[in-house]
Amino acid sequence: MSMTAKRKSRWPVWARRGLMENVATAIIAIGFLMLFQPFALVLYTYSFITMLAGTAMFIIVSKFPE
Amino acid sequence: MLNRTADSVARATPEPLARKVRGISDKGLAWLFISPTILLLLAINIFPLFWAIYLSFTNFRANRPNEVVKNLGLANYKRILADQDIWIAMQTTAHFVFWTILLQTLIGFTLAWLIDRKFRGHAFWTTIILVPMMLSPAVVGNFWRFLYEPQIGLFAYAVSFVTGIPATEISMLSNVSLAPWSIIIVDTWMWTPYVMLICLAGLRSIPEYIYEAAEVDRASNWRQFWSITLPMALPFIMLAVLFRGIENFKMFDMVNLLTGGGPGSTTEVASITLKRQAFESWRTGYSSAFAIILFVAVFGLANIYVKALNKVKQR
Repeated sequence: MSMTAKRKSRWPVWARRGLMENVATAIIAIGFLMLFQPFALVLYTYSFITMLAGTAMFIIVSKFPE
Repeated sequence: MLNRTADSVARATPEPLARKVRGISDKGLAWLFISPTILLLLAINIFPLFWAIYLSFTNFRANRPNEVVKNLGLANYKRILADQDIWIAMQTTAHFVFWTILLQTLIGFTLAWLIDRKFRGHAFWTTIILVPMMLSPAVVGNFWRFLYEPQIGLFAYAVSFVTGIPATEISMLSNVSLAPWSIIIVDTWMWTPYVMLICLAGLRSIPEYIYEAAEVDRASNWRQFWSITLPMALPFIMLAVLFRGIENFKMFDMVNLLTGGGPGSTTEVASITLKRQAFESWRTGYSSAFAIILFVAVFGLANIYVKALNKVKQR
């Protein structure tokens, strides 16, 4: 093995930044849609907590290694 | 020459001051320079944010400052998230955001595509198209209110000329079904140039050799548009959509100037409801909770915006 080869990271693959940021973005987008949809009041009620969870997750996972 | 001037300045500096300045490290000097900005930011942005978060858990009313402030926990949030009227205001905001973004993106991209053809006088037309964006929203709101006047407004006369409906019957701002569209038209008129500029930047960033290769492969103009132009300009279009989405979500000035939320509550977007709750009903704690909900929504969108921006940067 050459000296320049990168050391294998111990960080789990499923918790890499790119993937987790996509998940957080999806949660924010779902929360956003829940806030604006005209179909069910219950979805509107839970929209804020969904968006808050997505935003908090985004802030945390954006510090994860790539 | 320069050294001599620097030396003379150094010699002219009083010794106690010179000693003080010499005592400050580079890092200390940097902090000294940025501290006024940081203090201003803390006073104007950060402190009000934390104060609003605190107030959102209370029953505080700004018009009764001497009343005892009670801690309500999450009651304000629960009430807002179960309130039908606020839910309807959110839907009005969504209607407004959806149509303005759709129209601005379609027209903005088309204009950018045409300007990118570099026809004769394209620089002049670019400047003309950009004029609405440079105007103040207060000015735009006021002059469009005059344009929409059924008796004297040019808009009513233009519509009357095209459709044959008498100008006096076209009352854009007081008609329940037309009032939301009157705001959408003004916002689209004002902010399409902005979307056009971003799309133009995207179109100009596409290398010419890709089109040349497509020409060699005998790709039609239609095929070139769908396979090269649109995919390569897409991150920029997305950026424009997100940026306009965030801005329109907070839209207040144009609605307040044109309709004030009326007729009835047909154009009452979230920011107008917030203003009414805060400064007409004086429910400061309740409106703070509402503001925090809107803030989280905008903050979430801003995160997506930053992610899209990073994608554009990587290109």
